[in-house]
Amino acid sequence: MSATGPVKLPIFLDYHSTTPVDPQVVEAMLPYFTTVFGNAASRNHEFGWTAEVAVERARAQVARLIGASEKEMIFTSGATESNNLAIQGVAEMYKEKGRHIITSPIEHKAVLDTCQYLESKGYEITILPVDSYGQVTAEAVRAALRPDTILVSIMFANNEIGTINQIPEIGRLCKDHGVIFHTDAVQACGKIPVDVEKMGIDLLSMTAHKMYGPKGVGALYVRRKSPRVRLSPLVHGGGHERGMRSGTLNVPGIVGFGKAAELANLRLTSDYELLKRLRDRLWDKIQAGLDEVHLNGHPTQRLPHNLNVSFAYVEGESLMMGMKELAVSSGSACTSASLEPSYVLKSIGVGEELAHSSIRFSVGRTTTESEVDYAAQRVIETVKKLRDLSPLYEMVKEGIDLKSVVWTGHH
Amino acid sequence: MAYTKKVIDHYENPRNVGSLDKSSKQVGTGLVGAPECGDVMKLQIEVDQQTRVIKDAKFKTFGCGSAIASSSLATEWVKGKTIDEALQIKNTQIVEELSLPPIKIHCSVLAEDAIKAAINDYITKNPETKE
Repeated sequence: MSATGPVKLPIFLDYHSTTPVDPQVVEAMLPYFTTVFGNAASRNHEFGWTAEVAVERARAQVARLIGASEKEMIFTSGATESNNLAIQGVAEMYKEKGRHIITSPIEHKAVLDTCQYLESKGYEITILPVDSYGQVTAEAVRAALRPDTILVSIMFANNEIGTINQIPEIGRLCKDHGVIFHTDAVQACGKIPVDVEKMGIDLLSMTAHKMYGPKGVGALYVRRKSPRVRLSPLVHGGGHERGMRSGTLNVPGIVGFGKAAELANLRLTSDYELLKRLRDRLWDKIQAGLDEVHLNGHPTQRLPHNLNVSFAYVEGESLMMGMKELAVSSGSACTSASLEPSYVLKSIGVGEELAHSSIRFSVGRTTTESEVDYAAQRVIETVKKLRDLSPLYEMVKEGIDLKSVVWTGHH
Repeated sequence: MAYTKKVIDHYENPRNVGSLDKSSKQVGTGLVGAPECGDVMKLQIEVDQQTRVIKDAKFKTFGCGSAIASSSLATEWVKGKTIDEALQIKNTQIVEELSLPPIKIHCSVLAEDAIKAAINDYITKNPETKE
């Protein structure tokens, strides 16, 4: 792998959004589309049995990645469904016990919008503050607990800023108080060690496509003992998945998920080292080439593949437009349908002007050093070009304090 | 977001980027928008004091591609016009020229505001030019 070798454009640096399916995963899946096409719920013939064996093998593979037993895994269509099932399932099942749920402001919308929906149905939601790195403290959770609290839902690691939460501490606290603990671990699974037993997790959402598996398949871990967590189903029907999620199983997808989880488990340490090295290389080069760049998120308690940077005085969407051959994402309002800058950056106290200037880079297994070097160079060139065009950069260089200016904002 | 060719052209080859001497009596400066809104435009005009014709115009913009293109286009359009003619430029003309989608209309509004702010500044500095 040469640092100066040719690179194929465009370069994908958006592995937080999704990942390519590993060829070994594709290979494992293929027979289940054609020759081994049985319905895993067909209990009375060979076709069904073969499919069921494959599903159960996959269930064990996925369970192993998070230290769970295969009996505790429910397959879903993805993490959005897993989050909905966990939160709505607990809310419905335990509504006689209480109607109070605790979460954080930087959760994925699949958690936040589900909580908001429950609020409209009479539940009470406490959204805990996060610190400037995006972490929720166990102490803050403790302070918010009430006798009628039925669920705490705190994400394992954030999808925008990569910050890792103190999950074992929060898990222990919930256990001590007999409150069910759910974590959205979509970004953490396959990147850092996750262990539901050691970490006191009762419900955990995950998805295949963030770990080199196919889209459209996810899982929810549901603890079976101490405590045994019960869920009301969202989808009713044939009673598949212990009655918690009816519907014919996506056998090829599940097989692919299993294989992807097995590979992720095998490669956990080596992937971590690789991703961290590439990510650090990108950040080092950007810092060497530019002034006034700010890291968003935690400097060390951070996913190895995440780099979220604000390039002061440059707007994120125009930056992406200037380096079109890099597939990245931005917290700028102009890249969102809502015209609001990233709520995650806002929650950690990043000023709106720096939120507009943020870019999220994420590296993956297939990223090369040459790609990182090319990307760093393009970022530096484009930021410099846009700063030459930026009235803000000019004013700052003239010694004007931007906070002292009376702006005529439009929205 | 898919941009039109004209927006991309202005973004890649912005016209009249730079700054004029804001302390000069012949120069009017407009600074509109706000950093927390994600767009700030600075548009400057240099006016012939006899003919009231805009001899030169420069801009700098912090904002998305459409904001950059709108202000770049605005400098092209005001050049050679009298300040009265320049005041007639409407944001809708910018929208049309650049085929801006509805979500980007505020960029054109900001560009129109920047032209007006620059002319206002020039008139404030040269009150005798008021008709």
